[in-house]
Amino acid sequence: MKLASSPPSPAAPLAVQEPQKSAPPMPSVRAAWLKRRDFGDWFYALALLAAAGVAFLRYGEAMDAYDTAILALHVPILAALGWAWRPFRLFAAAVAVLALAGIWLYQGDPARAEQTFFLKYLLSSQTAIAWMSAFFFIATGAYWIGLLARSAFAGRTGSALTWAAAVMGAAGLFVRWYESYLLGPEIGHIPISNLYEVFVLFSLVTALLYLFYEGRYGTRKLGALALLVISVSVAFLLWYAFTRGAHQIQPLVPALQSYWMKIHVPANFVGYGGFALAAMAGIAYLPGVQKLFAGRLPTPEVLGDVMYKAIAIGFAFFTIATILGALWAAEAWGSYWSWDPKETFALIVWLNYAVWLHLRLTHGVRGTMLAWWAITGLLVTTFAFLGVNLFLSGLHSYGSL
Amino acid sequence: MQAAAARVSALERISELLGSMRFAVSLLTVLSIASVIGAVVRQNEPANAYLNQFGQFWEPVFAQMGLYTVYGSSWFLAILAFLVLSTTLCIIRQSVPILREMRGFREHAREASLRLFARHASFVPTLPPGARRDAVTAYLAGAGFRFRIDEREDGVLIAAKQGAAGRIGYFLAHAAIVMICVGGLLDGNLPLALQIRLGGKVPTSGDQPVARIPASARLDQDTWSYHGNIYIPEGGSTDFAVLGAGDGVLLQSLPFRIALKRFRIDYYASGMPRRYASDLVITDSDSGESFERTIEVNKPLEYRGVTLFQSGFDDGGSILRFALRDLVPSKRPPHPLDGEVGARLPLAGMGYDYTLEITGFRPINVENVAPPGDAEPLGGFFGDARPQTGETLRNLGPVFTFKLRDAAGQAREFNNYMLPLDIEGRKYLVSGVRTSQAEAFHYLRIPLDGDTTDTWFAIRQIFFDPERHAALARRFTDRALDATDESALRDRLRETAENTLALFARGGLEAISDFIEKTAFTEHAATEEDRQRAGAAFIQILQGLVWDAWMSAREAAGQTALETSEGHAPFIRDTLLALADSLRYGAPLYLQLTDYKHRQATILQATRAPGKPLVYTGSLLLALGVFAMLYIRERRLFVLLKGDEALTAMSSNRKTIDADETFARHRAGLAAALGAASPDPEEST
Repeated sequence: MKLASSPPSPAAPLAVQEPQKSAPPMPSVRAAWLKRRDFGDWFYALALLAAAGVAFLRYGEAMDAYDTAILALHVPILAALGWAWRPFRLFAAAVAVLALAGIWLYQGDPARAEQTFFLKYLLSSQTAIAWMSAFFFIATGAYWIGLLARSAFAGRTGSALTWAAAVMGAAGLFVRWYESYLLGPEIGHIPISNLYEVFVLFSLVTALLYLFYEGRYGTRKLGALALLVISVSVAFLLWYAFTRGAHQIQPLVPALQSYWMKIHVPANFVGYGGFALAAMAGIAYLPGVQKLFAGRLPTPEVLGDVMYKAIAIGFAFFTIATILGALWAAEAWGSYWSWDPKETFALIVWLNYAVWLHLRLTHGVRGTMLAWWAITGLLVTTFAFLGVNLFLSGLHSYGSL
Repeated sequence: MQAAAARVSALERISELLGSMRFAVSLLTVLSIASVIGAVVRQNEPANAYLNQFGQFWEPVFAQMGLYTVYGSSWFLAILAFLVLSTTLCIIRQSVPILREMRGFREHAREASLRLFARHASFVPTLPPGARRDAVTAYLAGAGFRFRIDEREDGVLIAAKQGAAGRIGYFLAHAAIVMICVGGLLDGNLPLALQIRLGGKVPTSGDQPVARIPASARLDQDTWSYHGNIYIPEGGSTDFAVLGAGDGVLLQSLPFRIALKRFRIDYYASGMPRRYASDLVITDSDSGESFERTIEVNKPLEYRGVTLFQSGFDDGGSILRFALRDLVPSKRPPHPLDGEVGARLPLAGMGYDYTLEITGFRPINVENVAPPGDAEPLGGFFGDARPQTGETLRNLGPVFTFKLRDAAGQAREFNNYMLPLDIEGRKYLVSGVRTSQAEAFHYLRIPLDGDTTDTWFAIRQIFFDPERHAALARRFTDRALDATDESALRDRLRETAENTLALFARGGLEAISDFIEKTAFTEHAATEEDRQRAGAAFIQILQGLVWDAWMSAREAAGQTALETSEGHAPFIRDTLLALADSLRYGAPLYLQLTDYKHRQATILQATRAPGKPLVYTGSLLLALGVFAMLYIRERRLFVLLKGDEALTAMSSNRKTIDADETFARHRAGLAAALGAASPDPEEST
C-alpha cells in the first residue's frame, strides 16, 4: 500500500508531523518504516502467522500447492493492509473471532442454525447478513443526521455502525462458506457465486473503502452519500432474497467450479466498490449539491482527491479482474475473449475509466466535468454488473436474476 | 523543395493526429459504441432469426453493415488497427521526453524558477555552512531519494527525486495495449478470413455427410488460429473440427485423432448436474502414439498447440424402441418400432404418409415441479441458508423429442415422456406438441387406468370412430333409461347421444359450446343459467358415453364390467379432457417409448490461439503498468543552499492532497536536519 510511508494518525490525518528532533544521520526509509510499527502491529502480524500456521498444520494434508501458496500469501498481504491501515487489524480480528465462533457453534450440523441461540440470532450466515443490513440502514440514518444536524456524535455513531455492519457481513460470508460445506462436501464453495452473495460482498467492500478514506481524510461528511449507495444495494439483496429465495445456497454449475472464481470475483468487486464510491464523491462535488448542503459536505478539493483515489484503486483492481476473467475464460470457454456481453461491457467500463484517468492525469482536467463523468461511470458500471444479466443473454448467465 | 517540405509536414501532421490523445479517446469512444451494438444485437445467429427480429427491410441493411458479426467485421478490425497505430505512435512520441525526464535530475534548475513552485519554503539553517550539504544529503538518502549536486557560483543545489520508475508504468501499460490488440487480432477471425480469401477456400453446407465435403472446404493443419467444434459419439472418433464461416462450415484437420470412450455427467443430490467429463483417447497422427485423458469443464487439454475444451454434449445416436399407437380409427394393436436418435424414418410402411425425425433423447430429466407462485415464507430468510427447493426438483425420467413431417414438408414437434408423471396425485402420460420452435409446447395428458394407458387409447378408438357411434349411443341409452320407458324418449336420447358424439368428434368441447351458442337458443333469448344448464347436460352425456365406451372396450378385451361408482369419476373426467385435447394433437399416431439404449456424444471445442502468449504477457505488463502509473508517485525535491538561506521546493506528477502532506513532512525534516526553526507556513503555500 502506498500509505506505508506516511501513516495517518486518526486524529489529524493530514496534519504536519512534528519536526524530528533527532540529529543526522537520518535512519533509512525502511528502518523508519519498521520503527513506526507499534506493539499492536507486531502482535497482529504474529497472530496472522500463527493463524496461517495452525491452518496449515490442521488442513495442510488436504491442500494442494495453490492452496498452500494462497494461504502463505495471505499473511504478508493482510499484515501490510493492517499495518498501513491500523483499524483494519481490529476488523480482521473481530471477523475472525465471529466467523470461528459461528463455525464452532455449528459442530457439523446444519440444523443447528435454527436451534442454537447464538447461531439463530447472531452468527448463522443469514442472521449475520440480516444484522449487516440493519446496521447499514441505521448507519445511513446516523450519517444523514450527522450531516444535516452537524452532529459529530451522529457521525461517530454512523462510523461505528458501518464498521459493525462490515464485520457482520464479512463474518456472515465466512460462516456461509462453511455452511455450504455442511450441505455436502461436493456442494461447498466460496460464497461469491450468485447475485445475492456478491451484493453482500459489494456492500462490504464499498463500506471498507469508504471507511478507509474516512480515516484517511479525517472527515465523516461523505458518509451520508457513501452509505446511500450501500443501502441501495442492501435493499436490492433483501428484495432479491425475499422474492426469489436467492439466499439459499445452491451447488455450483460446472463452469463456476474453478479456482479463478476466488480471485476474479473479489477483484471485480473492489473495482465496483471504488467506482461506486467515486460516483458518490462526484455527486457531493457538484456545485448544486455543495450549495444545497451549504458547507456540510467535504470540500471540493478533498472530494476531487477521493474521487481520483477511488477510481484509481477501482481501475487497478478492475484491470486485474478483467485479466483474471480472460485467463479463466480461456480455461472454461476455450477462448480468452469471446465478446460475450459481460466481457464487452467490462471492456466499456474499463475504457470509460481509462479515459477518466487520462483526462485527469495527462490533461489535468478537474472539476464538475469529471464529477459528472464519475457519476455516469457508475451507471455504466451498474449496467455492466446488473443490466447485462437482466437484458442480455450470454455466457455469464449464472448471475441472472 | 517546397513540395517535399509540405509533404513532410503533412505526414508529420497526420502522425501527430494519429498519435494524439484526442484521436485515441475518439477511437475508444467509437470502440465502446461498436461494442455496445455487438452486445445488444445477438451475434452469429441464423439468418432467419434476424429476419424475424428486424424485418424484410432492415435485415439485409444490418447484414451489410456487419452488425451480426460486429467483432469480425472489417470496420471493427479497422478501429482496432487504428487504436494499435495510435497507441504505438503515442509511445514513440512520448518515449524520448519521458526517458529524458526519468534520467534527469533537473539539477540546473534556477533559483527563480524554484521560487515559482507551488510548494516551496525557505529557512535559516543554524548548522555551520560546511555541514549543511551533508546534512541535506543524509536526510534525502534516508528518505529514499536519489540526488545530484550542482555546485554554483553562489551556492549548491541538491536535486533529488524518487519514484521515477512510475514513468516506466506508462511504457508498460501502453505497450501492453498494443501487444494485447495484436495478439487478439492474430487469434481472431482475421487469419481465417484471409485464408478463405487467399487460399481459395469455400465454406460448404454443414448439412451433408463428412465424406462428401470437398477439399475446397477443408483446411490444413497449418491454419494460424481457429475455434472449432468437435462432435464425437461414444465409441466414435474424429480428427477434424468444424469451423463456422458465415452460413457454412469449414473442416479443420487436427494433428491428432480423438476417440471418445465415454461421456459422463455426475449429479448433485438435488439432481443438478455437477460435472461433465469426457474420457478421451488421443492418438497423434504423426507418431501414432496414443494416451488417455479425461477432460471436463474448467479442465482442458493442450496438445500440439491445440487446446481441447469440454463445451457441451448431445445424444450420440441412442437406440429407442417405441410402441406406435394409431390415433385414427383402426383395430391394430400397438406396433413396435425402432429408431436411432438423429434418424429419419419414413412411416409409409405403417400406413402413414409421414416421416419420423427423432431429434433428441435424455434419459434423466430433472425439473422443478413446484407449483408456480409458491412463494417463500418471509421467515425463510432469517432461518438458514439451506436450499428449500430441493424437494420440488424431480427426475421425471427419460424424455425424447421428435418431429412428424407430412408429405407437404410441414412438421410438428413432439416432446414425449417415457414414464407417467404424477400431477396432483393422479398419473398421466404426457406428450407436448408445437408447430414451431417459437411456441411453447402444449401438453396432452393421457390418464392412466391403474398403470396402463391402453384403456384411454381403446376408449378413444371407440369414441372417434363414426362407425361405432350408433352402437355406443344405443348402449348409453339402454343404460340410462329403464326398459319400461317409451320408445320415443329412447329414440330422442339415442339421437342426442349420437349427435353429441359426432359434434365432439368434430371439434371437441368447443364444438359443443358453439352449438349451444348458435343452435339451441336461436329462437328465444337464453340466460347465462340456461347455457350453463345445457352445457352441464352435454358434459353429463359425454361422460356417460365415456363410461360406456370404457365398458365396451373392457368387454372386447375380455375383462369384466365395473360397477359404477364415484371413484371412477376423476378418470372419466380426465379421459374426456384428454379426448378433447387429442383432437388438437395434430398427429395420426402416438409414440410411446418402451425401451432405450443410451449413447451419448460429447461436444468439444478445439482452439488454436498462437497469439495467447503475447496477450498474456501484455496483460501482465498492463497490470504492472497500471499499478506503477497510479501508485509509484514521482517526487522531486530541490534544496538550494545559498548564503544563509536554505530554499526547498517540491514537484509531483500527481496533484493530490498527500503531495502537500509529503512536502510538509520533508520541509519539517529538512528544517530539523539543518537545525533551522520550523519555516514560516505562509511561504510554503
